[in-house]
Amino acid sequence: MNNNALLELRNISQSYGDLRVVQDLSLQLAKGQIGCLLGPSGCGKTTVLRLIAGFERLSAGEIRLSGTPVATPDFSLPTEKRRVGMVFQDYALFPHLTVFENVAFGLHQIEKSLRGPRVMELLEVVGLAEAAKKYPHELSGGQQQRVAVARALAPSPDLLLLDEPFSNLDSDLRERLSQEIREVLKSQNATAILVTHDQHEAFAMADEIGVMHQGMIQQWDTAYNLYHKPNSRFVADFVGKGVLLSGEVVERGRVMTDLGGLYGELPDTVRVGQTVDILLRPDDIVHDDASKLQATIMHKAFQGADILYTLKLESGQQVLSLVPSHHNHKLGEKIGIRLEIDHVIAFRRT
Amino acid sequence: MFSRILSALLLSVFTISAAHAADEVVVYSARAEQLIKPMFDAFTKETGVPVKFITDKEGPLMERLRAEGKNTPADLLLTVDAGNLWQAANAGLLKPVQSKVLDANIPAHLKDPDNQWFGLSIRARTIVYNTKKLEPADLSTYEDLASPKWKGKLCLRTSKKVYNQSLVAMMIAEKGEAETEKIVNGWVNNLATDVFPDDTKLMEAIAVGQCDVGIVNTYYYGRLIEKKPDLPLALFWPNQKNSGVHVNVSGAGVVKHSKNEKGAVQLLEWFSSENGQRMFADLNMEYPANPAYKPDPVVAGWGEFKHNLINVAKAGELQATAVRLMDRARYK
Amino acid sequence: METVKLDYIRKAPKLSAFLTSLPAIFRDRWRLVALVFATLVLIPVLVVISSFFHPEKEVWQHLYQHVLGDLLLNTLWLVLGVGASTLLLGVSLGWLTAVCQFPGRRILSWALLLPIAIPAYVTAFVFIGLLDFTGPLQGWLREAFGSSDWFPRIRSTGGVILVMSLALYPYVYLLARNAFATQGKRALEAAQALGHSRTSGFFRVALPMARPWIVGGLMLALMETLADFGTVSVFNYDTFTTAIYKTWFGMFSLDAASQLASLLVIIVFVLLILEQVSRSRMRYTQAGRHQETGRIQLKGVAAWAATLFAVIVVSVAFIVPLVQLLIWAANVFAEDFDSRYLGFLQHTLMLAGIAAVITAVGALLLSYAARRNNDSLTRTCVRIATIGYALPGTVLAVGVFVAIAWLDRTLLQLLQPIMQIEAGMLLQGSLLIMLVAYMARFMAVGFNPVDSAMQRLPLSLDDVSRTLGVGSLTMLRRVHAPILRGGMVTALILVFVDVMKEMPITLMTRPFGWDTLAVRIFEMTSEGEWERAALPAVTLVLVGLLPIIFLSRHGNLNE
Repeated sequence: MNNNALLELRNISQSYGDLRVVQDLSLQLAKGQIGCLLGPSGCGKTTVLRLIAGFERLSAGEIRLSGTPVATPDFSLPTEKRRVGMVFQDYALFPHLTVFENVAFGLHQIEKSLRGPRVMELLEVVGLAEAAKKYPHELSGGQQQRVAVARALAPSPDLLLLDEPFSNLDSDLRERLSQEIREVLKSQNATAILVTHDQHEAFAMADEIGVMHQGMIQQWDTAYNLYHKPNSRFVADFVGKGVLLSGEVVERGRVMTDLGGLYGELPDTVRVGQTVDILLRPDDIVHDDASKLQATIMHKAFQGADILYTLKLESGQQVLSLVPSHHNHKLGEKIGIRLEIDHVIAFRRT
Repeated sequence: MFSRILSALLLSVFTISAAHAADEVVVYSARAEQLIKPMFDAFTKETGVPVKFITDKEGPLMERLRAEGKNTPADLLLTVDAGNLWQAANAGLLKPVQSKVLDANIPAHLKDPDNQWFGLSIRARTIVYNTKKLEPADLSTYEDLASPKWKGKLCLRTSKKVYNQSLVAMMIAEKGEAETEKIVNGWVNNLATDVFPDDTKLMEAIAVGQCDVGIVNTYYYGRLIEKKPDLPLALFWPNQKNSGVHVNVSGAGVVKHSKNEKGAVQLLEWFSSENGQRMFADLNMEYPANPAYKPDPVVAGWGEFKHNLINVAKAGELQATAVRLMDRARYK
Repeated sequence: METVKLDYIRKAPKLSAFLTSLPAIFRDRWRLVALVFATLVLIPVLVVISSFFHPEKEVWQHLYQHVLGDLLLNTLWLVLGVGASTLLLGVSLGWLTAVCQFPGRRILSWALLLPIAIPAYVTAFVFIGLLDFTGPLQGWLREAFGSSDWFPRIRSTGGVILVMSLALYPYVYLLARNAFATQGKRALEAAQALGHSRTSGFFRVALPMARPWIVGGLMLALMETLADFGTVSVFNYDTFTTAIYKTWFGMFSLDAASQLASLLVIIVFVLLILEQVSRSRMRYTQAGRHQETGRIQLKGVAAWAATLFAVIVVSVAFIVPLVQLLIWAANVFAEDFDSRYLGFLQHTLMLAGIAAVITAVGALLLSYAARRNNDSLTRTCVRIATIGYALPGTVLAVGVFVAIAWLDRTLLQLLQPIMQIEAGMLLQGSLLIMLVAYMARFMAVGFNPVDSAMQRLPLSLDDVSRTLGVGSLTMLRRVHAPILRGGMVTALILVFVDVMKEMPITLMTRPFGWDTLAVRIFEMTSEGEWERAALPAVTLVLVGLLPIIFLSRHGNLNE
């Protein structure tokens, strides 16, 4: 095990009665890294966060911060002694305190004369120095969000926990703000762990992402790898758009599909003659008028620069294709396509 | 929907309104229901005249009469303590009544000089003492309780009670303000403990020896001894060599804007008659105002005593003065 | 809608001109509602304050020299003492039952409300009976040890404060508990994540965030303390109220008494304004959404200490007085209980029921008006409309009665030539006057829980509803009522129980034959027969328990 990890979860589990919410989960996060737990609601990701914060008691395993155990089933260091900061999904700003007082709230242990400058420093960083004297209800959602981040960062926590921090914001603001917050965190060299169900948020913020399902981490990896090299059907399905196209293994490393033959590394367990599912991302299928391969347009979604077409192959299987938007075709029209795939991801039929 | 509920509600609220039947007598009473209802029932049985009544404290009843003015449904105001009756007469809420029966039955010092109200029962405010600690020979007068020999041995009821206000008012009438203030100061100095909210608690304190002596109305003594005959308590009649025991009345007067003066006077006269007097006094262990009738044997057993004969109306006249005097003496 | 209105105005140009000529402040419907309720309460208060037109110089000189100093000091001690101890009991118990888990929490959380069913003067009498020199405890001490001199005097400032706090803490408890329950653990977690301990988080976050609710409860407790006559009489403790009654009944000056009462009103008014100003721009919609995050599990000694604390409070404030009442009632049951009790009960329930409904609806409209129009006029109206609770009941009763009697006389004069009715009473002697008086007195009790619930309604909800084409009243019914249900139920039950216990207004304004249980208690206690008063008192308490248990099940207690 890497002892330089700032956060280390060792085989942690959490159950409520018979319900196992987190199962034997382990992860490590190095200092300065931003990690993310990505998963659908109910996958246990928020519970992991609350366990790290110390709001809940662990059923099994161990949590270490900077190499020191802070939680085991028999022991739990109180939240306020763990040096973790938290940004809540609903911000949990104190409505009876001004923005300034909210940010200063966690600074009770530093010298009084230093508090003011520290608060203003952080408010500058999040661009809200002007709003210091306002009350939370006088701010917009995005501003409240930034106050929550500033408040959590003010005491310079070793680890920052963000619980679905952008879920209350509209998508435009969400992307901009997640970029901004990432820059803020990086500028403070903060270590952070983010919990979200939104992959764009995860991609925009995190260095490393763990996709969670049924209380377990399915894959801990970079955003690129999660998208292009998912290790399970669940990850493939949950991260990014795409379809699974069936094909037959005709020889070692070669699969025959409705779109032609593909070469690539296949899982070791796959034998010749078996049927596999190939993951096809929309950008793996390119529109090419010259191609002999034709597909019928079933549905189209205009996305600005691109159009996402849902296409039906002659065999009846459907695939997605991302096409520059000046190729504007009508529904029902047949267009030529071809495969342009870097590495083949195949899953054995079970 | 909403309006239907509303109108139903309004209907129920308005329909319960008082209608004044021609022959009934309406009484506003500051005397508690359990002490008056049996009398009204007996009166109705004897005469066939129905009685309707409402009870409350004296103050609100008088304010009510004042506010209702000409429209009042009340015929008779029944209250305890001459101070209140004097106050009602003084405020012009009552009217004079000419009745030979009442003139014959009620002694002059127990009624209003203008016949606006009549005392119907006598309540004596006298001395009570612990029989284990004192002999009757140790006691003499109300004034004597102010002497230093009673230091730490006296218990009193609060000066907020009208009975004590009347007692002090009558002393002022007799001895003047300066003399009375000295006496009240003496009482306050002799107090064994904080003044009590009621006579019963005071007597219980005397019985267990918290203090030796106090001043109470006799019927409270009667009620307590009836329940707990073993208590070492006895009554003492003070001031027998001079002015006599302080007495007050429970009484009634006809309301100025009465719609049934005849009925009201009939009820008053019945109160002063034998049956009325019996019930008026006996229901609460008081003394009949009509000297023709003897009190209940239990009450009579406490002994005969000389009354203070100053007109009880004085208690009303001087009540406010008495209250101020007691405030000055820090008699709470 | 709009076209109908325009049509109407076109047909009645004079009316429309009149409407637009009205000062702007009267044009808004909701502000008008606030004004109407404020006026209803203001009339009796004005009757009281109008006493200043009859200066009673002599009486005041006397009061100033010999009375005022003591009674101001006494009142101050009482308010401070009752304020501090109801806060301590109400907030600590509210926090424990709302956020923590300990053995017996479920039962205790509603049992702690029960003392509200016992009139404070009854608790006072029971406590003095048990703990005074003549009582069984000190009697036993004297028998066993020869002396009970060291025993603290119950008839003292401390004793009054103790009894009043035990009777009144449920107001603070109920509202604080409610606030903590909706706040949840979230705010505390946020504080912990910022390096504060739970204790520090409680004082710096949970408590300040619950402030308007706690202060609401505290204000109720203190207003009732200031207006109380029964309890202080039993203790013979001189306060503003006792001085008011003494001036009225003893010195025969209702004017001076009313002037004293007005002074009381002014003090309360200033307190209320100060509290409002100090809140300034702060808002109290909870930090974050309510989330079921579980309770703080108390362990070991702490858990049992919490249980013990709550059990002691319930025992002392409720079980001891109830048992004593039951013993007394059993002694006189055979003699005093008769079929009339059914009538007393019926009257009590009917009056309390109707009064509770009217007051709660009034409180709802008032609170709604305050929410829609946050201007100073509306705010002042709301303040005035809830001031009746601070007035001694009898003084308010006189105010209502005088006003109604005047209206009656005027109406009669107008109607007599037309309708040939003989002189008599129209409104007087009807239930209407009672209900108006109850509403004037208990508006504050209904308003506080409703308004607390209203504070949780985001204004955006109104906008949403309006964009869906829903008008004010429909919105109140369809959108707000379900959200406000908890607050409304609390208001209904508090007013119900308070009206049941109420004595002076009931006495003065009841129609002939409308005797209630409280009237029965009065008849007995006015003659010093406390044991016989126990029978109606115990009936009153037992009937009052039903709605309180209902409240604990269906009100906002179980959020």
